[in-house]
Amino acid sequence: MNIPTHLKYTKSHEWIRLEEDGTATIGITHHAQDLLGDMVFVEIPQVGRQLKQGEECAVVESVKAAADVYAPISGEVIATNSELESAPEKINQDTYLAWLYKLKPSTTDDLSKLLDATEYQKVLENETH
Amino acid sequence: MLIFEHSRPGRRNYSQFPATETKIRNIPQNLVRKTPPLLPEVSEMDAVRHYTRLSQKNFSIDTEFYPLGSCTMKYNPRVCNSLAMLPQFLARHPLAPEDTGQGYLACMYELQEILKDVTGMASVSLTPMAGAQGELIGVSMIRAYHESRGDHARTEIIVPDAAHGTNPATAVMCGYKVMEISTDKEGDVDMDALKAAVGPQTAGLMLTNPSTLGVFEKNITEMSRIVHKAGGLLYYDGANLNAILGKVKPGDMGFDVIHINLHKTFSTPHGGGGPGSAPVGVAKRLFPFIPVPIVGLEKGKYRWLTEKEIPQSIGRFSAYMGNSGVLLRAYIYARLLGAEGMHRVAEFATLNANYLMTELRKVGFEIAYPTRRASHEFIITLKNLKEKTGVTAMNVAKRLLDKGYHAPTTYFPLLVPECLLIEPAETESKETLDAFVVSMKEIMTEAHTQPEIVKGAPHTTPVRKLDDVKAARELDLTWKQ
Repeated sequence: MNIPTHLKYTKSHEWIRLEEDGTATIGITHHAQDLLGDMVFVEIPQVGRQLKQGEECAVVESVKAAADVYAPISGEVIATNSELESAPEKINQDTYLAWLYKLKPSTTDDLSKLLDATEYQKVLENETH
Repeated sequence: MLIFEHSRPGRRNYSQFPATETKIRNIPQNLVRKTPPLLPEVSEMDAVRHYTRLSQKNFSIDTEFYPLGSCTMKYNPRVCNSLAMLPQFLARHPLAPEDTGQGYLACMYELQEILKDVTGMASVSLTPMAGAQGELIGVSMIRAYHESRGDHARTEIIVPDAAHGTNPATAVMCGYKVMEISTDKEGDVDMDALKAAVGPQTAGLMLTNPSTLGVFEKNITEMSRIVHKAGGLLYYDGANLNAILGKVKPGDMGFDVIHINLHKTFSTPHGGGGPGSAPVGVAKRLFPFIPVPIVGLEKGKYRWLTEKEIPQSIGRFSAYMGNSGVLLRAYIYARLLGAEGMHRVAEFATLNANYLMTELRKVGFEIAYPTRRASHEFIITLKNLKEKTGVTAMNVAKRLLDKGYHAPTTYFPLLVPECLLIEPAETESKETLDAFVVSMKEIMTEAHTQPEIVKGAPHTTPVRKLDDVKAARELDLTWKQ
């Protein structure tokens, strides 16, 4: 399973890249796209929307199922990857390039709750199936 | 080939032409058609051959085994059709006076009574036209109940993560927030998660039992106690009622409201759009809110009970009273079985599922919840097969089509990766189940020796492997020249 060490993760299978300018870029993990299979639709939050940590904010839909994507940290949506709306298959091709949206975090407190690659690996191993 | 592709200019089917031309004079000029409609121009024989060929391509329970999990694709006895199509039923106008429809009303009344008895509920309304509508009505009654008590703080419905997708959708449609709770390793609802989720904000819990994981919730009485103690109500999704028919009553488990999928458990036609039918049953305290009309019996006469008698009713959800032809079929089926027959349905549905599960395990398939006895359905997971051979659950499902079987439900429930949800139903013989096991074993062998055959399936169907992604993204239902 592809879990890059420079990223942060959540138990609900989002990846977070903390940028040097203090913003965060968010996508879904390799494991998540692998479980879902071929993507057919992506719904991304609007720029300007204020998200609370844990809030449902995007939907990824594959040939098998539709899944909610949760905000890994609180903040304001400052950019979205609109390219995915017409080409959701990019998530399957390389999900760590196929970011969904960028956030300006409203607090740094949330960051400590994110998982590193080793911790996320453990989450995957503990999933019963 | 589409019927339009058989079309030749000027070819006609004269025997189907209207005998006389009807002149309607008061259609506004701007609405009158200037060009003839684009219809296929074919002869009667062309049309007959076309649709006969299409019907031969159909896959149906009338031709083959159809083990589609959670759908209860049992055989529909022909006699139910014959009796429901007696001319006295077919020709009856829904607004005919009660006096001239006592026979029909008696059937509906007795169906209400039978469903009350088999579910342990106090009252039943037959109006819902489909499972999803039954759910909407059920949760609407929960809402009406809380509101009638001035209890407006209840904003959440609890739904286990193994639930059918319709459950959270229904809760949202009724204005509730969905609180999802997890499943433990044995396939039961996680009791700690339930305890943490309930509170003064809980309007109710929606539960399918046996669950979509094919196991009976062991802790149902305790769950019922926890939810009721918090002031919430219990909703029973009747999707899997077949497994416990006549054996265990949802009312005895503590459920306050239930919908029953007649098109599953009571053997009315389903798949391909139904028409479905999902009567709702309620405990006594929800009776004031039941949708109307229902059929009452007073002094030996059957009559409609409407808003007049049930003024707090949440209202009407169908023209007249539900899909009456479907209700009649269910009534006849129930009368043919009798109480004893219903027990047999549950026993054989469960026996068939457990037999099939055991035999599939013997030939190397991995059971998702191996420590549990199956209810009427069970799950196999092909996660390890995929890791070893690259063959997925979808590949196996498609390969089953080549072997002459309808594929089981794939990738549901979402909790179990690479899963097939298999429900044989009580109407299949041991020989059919054995033949299915042989085919599954062959596919298992192919997956290891010639995986490309399985991955490329189906090979023998009228259309080959479909492009699911293209179909989902570029939905195109209009024929254009």
